[in-house]
Amino acid sequence: MEAAKSPRELIVSVSPHVKSEDSVAKIMWTVNLSLLPAFAGSVYFFGWRALYVTALCIVAALFGEWLVEKLTSRPMTLSDGSAFLTGLLLGMNLPPSSPAYIAIIGSLVAVMVAKQMFGGLGFNIFNPALMGRAFVLITWPRAMTTWTAPVASLGAVDAQTTATPLGLLKEEGLHKLLEVFGSKSALYMHLFVGNRAGSLGETSVLLLLIGAAILLLKRYITWHIPLSFVATVGVLTWIFGTNPETGGLALFGGDPLIHLMSGGLILGAFFMATDYVTVPTIKAGQVIFGVGCGILTVIIRLWGGFPEGVMFSILLMNCFAPLIDRRMRSRIFGYRKVEAA
Amino acid sequence: MALATFKGGIHPPGRKELSKAHPIERAKPPKQVAVPLSQHIGAPCKPVVKPGDTVKLGQVVGEAEAFVSAPVHASVSGKVRAIAEYPNPMGRLVPCVVIESDGEDAWVDLVEDADYLSLSPERIKEKIRQAGIVGMGGATFPTAVKLSPPKEKPVDVVMLNGAECEPYLTADYRLMMERPGEVLEGLKILMRALGVKKGFVGIEDNKPDAVEAMREAAASLADVEVCPLEVKYPQGAEKMLIKAITGREVPNKGGLPMDVGVVVQNVGTALAIHNAVRYGKPLVERVVTVTGRGVAEPRNLMVRVGTMVSEVIEQCGGLTEAAKVISGGPMMGFALSTLEMPVTKGTSGLLALTEGEVVHARDFKPCIRCGRCVDICPMGLMPSMLSVLSEAGQYEECKDYNLFDCFECGSCAYVCPSKRPIVQFVRLAKSMTKPG
Ligand code: SF4
Ligand code: SF4
Repeated sequence: MEAAKSPRELIVSVSPHVKSEDSVAKIMWTVNLSLLPAFAGSVYFFGWRALYVTALCIVAALFGEWLVEKLTSRPMTLSDGSAFLTGLLLGMNLPPSSPAYIAIIGSLVAVMVAKQMFGGLGFNIFNPALMGRAFVLITWPRAMTTWTAPVASLGAVDAQTTATPLGLLKEEGLHKLLEVFGSKSALYMHLFVGNRAGSLGETSVLLLLIGAAILLLKRYITWHIPLSFVATVGVLTWIFGTNPETGGLALFGGDPLIHLMSGGLILGAFFMATDYVTVPTIKAGQVIFGVGCGILTVIIRLWGGFPEGVMFSILLMNCFAPLIDRRMRSRIFGYRKVEAA
Repeated sequence: MALATFKGGIHPPGRKELSKAHPIERAKPPKQVAVPLSQHIGAPCKPVVKPGDTVKLGQVVGEAEAFVSAPVHASVSGKVRAIAEYPNPMGRLVPCVVIESDGEDAWVDLVEDADYLSLSPERIKEKIRQAGIVGMGGATFPTAVKLSPPKEKPVDVVMLNGAECEPYLTADYRLMMERPGEVLEGLKILMRALGVKKGFVGIEDNKPDAVEAMREAAASLADVEVCPLEVKYPQGAEKMLIKAITGREVPNKGGLPMDVGVVVQNVGTALAIHNAVRYGKPLVERVVTVTGRGVAEPRNLMVRVGTMVSEVIEQCGGLTEAAKVISGGPMMGFALSTLEMPVTKGTSGLLALTEGEVVHARDFKPCIRCGRCVDICPMGLMPSMLSVLSEAGQYEECKDYNLFDCFECGSCAYVCPSKRPIVQFVRLAKSMTKPG
């Protein structure tokens, strides 16, 4: 693979002799950048604590990557932005009140176990940030499900603990949600803007969509996974949603908008379920992946033990990604079924 | 209306502006040429002259013995100095007939045939064969062979390939601009040789003036259609061109254009056919685009076959700070290890890239499964899997991913953000396994 120089100092290497300007680092840093609006929002809504937790995650993730590569004498990849991205994404997936040890251990598990133990970027089966989050959720369930209300003021110190909209919906029903937020339109507004309890970076649909739009415009992600994921959740929660009066199952009576805008669906669908390494490469496979994520999310949200299901659904579908890729092929040019003789 | 095209493909920067505006100029007559005895896919020629012989311009110096072969001719008049080996663009040594020019350019007797359009198909093919014409787009398949499809594969369409989708190259563009009439005569000859009623010329839409020039020249021809095509690489690959213009798909696993009733020829080849069938002229020269930021004065030159690459580049002001010189285009061309090598019938361009433009493949990274290569592969393959399996030495497994349907267009390696040398991995796997 070496480009050899001849005696006349001409470089000889194989075609193609020109390549596009995209590189792994460029893609990863752009994704980091696209998360900036939502990150800024988290600082606005939850105060300096958001910055603190996220920074801890990023530093720990970078350290973990450096340590493994140092110990195994593998080439250093800190500059490619992928460890930074894992840290950033994990931070955005943690509750604002997460203690430092959760941020640090979560990041180390994400980078050192979920990513590097599989061989580093490109070889991991599971989304590292989500693996880190799953680990700390299972290990410290109490801390990981303690939510604080947004303060929307950088000076605020005493954050109040509260429940997330999805938690309220699950435990007490839609009427409680309406009680807390006042009216349906106020509820939608809070969910859309992000002024609600939840993981640091997941609350603002608006700011997340701004970032997602950048990635879509740059074609770093395509619509296939996010749209199929979100649409599946929308349709299924409409069909199997709860009746606002009785609280019981009401066919075709659910409120999909609440489900689409709450929890980590937008963050998950646009920024985690689109992680190249852990999803199918073929477009048709990606739609299957997205629909699968959507179905699992709805099952967990409506009938499972957690109010939120985005994380587990993506991790579960990650297992199927290689299988989907193996089963599915794009249509080969000129392919014909062998005609019967 | 959407322009005709195929699925997949990429949009590398065209860079045609470097040489586009330069009309074809005749290169200085060379003092000496080295005419390679193997300039095509197929069996090499046997030399029929020996050192000391005097030859005329256009005289046969190497004879084709096999069916898939084409004779080679002296491209200057003068004295045969030696049969010596020179490298070809792929780096292999090829025996060449070295002729020292007497400066006369005395042609062999050429017989003009004014009534060339009423010759029998057999006679046309014979003349094309004798003129040593091969595909001049780069693949250099002997043209006469392409014109002899077996009976069970009737051909109903002839296509001229003027897409010139490789960045930088403008040789075909200039030909269509400057000599549209002769190119179309070549197409008419081809249609007659194959007994075909329908002819197409496919041109990428970034050359609207060429489309216009060809349309004008074809205005009186009811059975010839000039088709503008979407600008994307590899629009000029035979299979892609056929798909874009006729919607027909050449079968995979070794299918040929004639399987869907089509014969494709490059526009340069069409001109050579016209010269051969009408004037009896063998193929002894061709248009070469000399271009790139590494060469002082980019140009389009009519160059004798056998001229040294170094001499051609010298006439364009020489290399400035070239780090890499490529024979052909940047997507599928070959990097040359030396400039002391002859121009062949397949040399469509000489491209000099500067150090800053050269991509070094040595620091490629693992596949991040971004799927870009899968999206753009014009053949619908999974280049990511081909490269990963080949890298791991699992060559046989590559066949499950249609290894042999890859025609090495390089689109996948172009888009790969991990800069993986996918084409190289594919070639390696191909060489380690057998088709089937
Ligand atoms: S796999 Fe082959 S045919 Fe497909 S894009 Fe790559 S080089 Fe071209
Ligand atoms: S473009 Fe490169 S990194 Fe992306 S899937 Fe293909 S081989 Fe892998």
